[in-house]
Amino acid sequence: MNKWINACAGAGLGLALSVSTAFATDITGAGSTFAYPIYAKWAEAYKKQTGIGLNYQSIGSGGGIAQIKAKTVEFGASDMPLNAGALEAAGFTQFPTCIGGVIPVVNLPGIKPGELVLDGPVLAQIYLGKITKWDDPAIKKLNPSVNLPSTAIAVVHRSDGSGTTYIWANYLAKVSPQWATQVGVATSVEWPTGLGGKGNEGVAGTVKQTVGGIGYVEYAYVKQNSMTFTRMINHDGAVVTPTVDAFQAASAKADWVHAVGFNLMLTNQGGAASWPIAGATFILVYKNPSDANAEKGALSFFKWAFQNGDDIAKNVDYVPLPQATKDAIFKSWKDNIVPASVP
Amino acid sequence: MVDVVLDEAYEVDPARGAALKRFGRSDARFRFLTRAAALLVVIIFAGIMVSLVSGSIPAFKAFGWGFLTSSVWNPVTEKFGAFAAIYGTVVTSGLAMLLAVPLGIGIAIFLTELCPRALKRPMGIAIELLAGVPSIIYGIWGLFVFAPYFQANIQPGLIDFFANIPVLQDIFAGPPYGIGIFTSALILSIMILPFISAVTRDVFETVPPVLKEAAYGTGCTTWEVMWRIVLPFARPGVVGGAMLALGRALGETMAVTFVIGNAHHINESLFAAGTTISATIANEFTEALGDLYVSSLFAIGLILFGITFIVLASAQLMLKSLERRAGGKSS
Repeated sequence: MNKWINACAGAGLGLALSVSTAFATDITGAGSTFAYPIYAKWAEAYKKQTGIGLNYQSIGSGGGIAQIKAKTVEFGASDMPLNAGALEAAGFTQFPTCIGGVIPVVNLPGIKPGELVLDGPVLAQIYLGKITKWDDPAIKKLNPSVNLPSTAIAVVHRSDGSGTTYIWANYLAKVSPQWATQVGVATSVEWPTGLGGKGNEGVAGTVKQTVGGIGYVEYAYVKQNSMTFTRMINHDGAVVTPTVDAFQAASAKADWVHAVGFNLMLTNQGGAASWPIAGATFILVYKNPSDANAEKGALSFFKWAFQNGDDIAKNVDYVPLPQATKDAIFKSWKDNIVPASVP
Repeated sequence: MVDVVLDEAYEVDPARGAALKRFGRSDARFRFLTRAAALLVVIIFAGIMVSLVSGSIPAFKAFGWGFLTSSVWNPVTEKFGAFAAIYGTVVTSGLAMLLAVPLGIGIAIFLTELCPRALKRPMGIAIELLAGVPSIIYGIWGLFVFAPYFQANIQPGLIDFFANIPVLQDIFAGPPYGIGIFTSALILSIMILPFISAVTRDVFETVPPVLKEAAYGTGCTTWEVMWRIVLPFARPGVVGGAMLALGRALGETMAVTFVIGNAHHINESLFAAGTTISATIANEFTEALGDLYVSSLFAIGLILFGITFIVLASAQLMLKSLERRAGGKSS
């Protein structure tokens, strides 16, 4: 009896040890749901080529920042760039990986995708709770030929801490002084009105289920769920449809090379073809990590993605960074991160 | 059992003596293990309380007692107040109990008194299976199946029906979202129904048949037997089952998070979105940045524990006073 128990215990211990070494090379990261589709696709291709997998938890940018601060993951993903002071205090360095767009989506019977046109001030009034019905004169003015029902507007926002929210609030603050003073810009704000959904998936799901709903989601979710998106009037007054080209136009004038910590917001950019609510998504890593090898593994993944992942990014409608920016990123790794961790 | 040695001169057979020593040792080991298990529970509970309280202290220091009455929840300016979450928790659980308790007791009465023999077991099993459905499935069903149907077919009718009645028109007002406090109370009531009906049915079956037969014999109707004989006899058990259900409703997280709308507002309309304590913590804890934010979440967790404790304690007190009035019946 005792011999049998000892044998089982020994076998179990051996099994546990062998299993732990088999998974030792997986990269771990957490954060942005905005960037989850592209990171998942890159990881799939990377695993095919190198056999190393990525374990990415899309818990929202706020969660990503918290987890990398707690050192439970090798990199944190956030759509909100940290400013120089915050980076210095935490010992992080940050770099962008790609650019995407935040799209307003609606649920109105009879309205087709791309039929409705909205602009920044109207969106701000809707999200402030000042415009409450779809047939409000302000919306009618932008859509003279659309038959708008008198349904109540069901505002949907994020209930978790989100970089998508940060990009959205940043844009609304730029186009509406009332939003800037009353609500402010952060990954989680005090929403004046509306229902909350968890993650981009939650907002998409809630808008799809609620007649009269309006929400904001990242472009990949719009495509995957065939949602009714709206067109926007941008900074230059032109009506733009959300496409990869429109996101690229928004980032065309962005001076990534000279921005400290790559801290740049792409909302409300000039240019007739620019999508007004575009944003980059960022990665946070330690300058001096406790596990140099693990961070090297993570940065190798991103180096591979920068060198080989552009087509994959375009396939899921993200805008890859220009080559000059990628070179600046590689240089920033050499300048900021301990040599043992730089691939 | 160890042999009692009545007489010092009584000789114990050596083999028997060794066996008795072994029994004594295993008894001592058993006593130690059970004591350790009980102590472990107490230590874990004390540890949880200590970490809850120490985590909440920064929030209470910053906001004082105003934390309990303020409904502001602003992560940007770091001003937090628990009132919206407390209101949502209390209203959804209270409404769920209001719907589930009569229904659960009714089901139990049906199963014990009125149900045809052949149907008793299948019906009982079906009700208990409701308790086995994972709570997140209730949330998904609520959000994707029930809420759209409710929004399209039932809510507009209810809003119109109450439109001109003075107080009720504000309680059932508002644009039909489908999700909201009323929907989450409905889903909660379905979730807690099996607890109430299962416990109540078990307690009804412990009622001595002689009591019921005597009542029937003197000409009582079924209703009079249930209301005047069985229910008073089974009251402690029924209240216990209801408290179990209320405890589950107060703490229910995933099902409520899907269908309550996650809005930190208080609205007199039951059709509006709201939030509960567990939904707030589930949504925001992993991403809360800043010590005051995290501490406020700990603080509302502590408040939920306080609410549960107060509710259970007052249920016990109410039971004791009822029993005293009824003449000190033993448990």
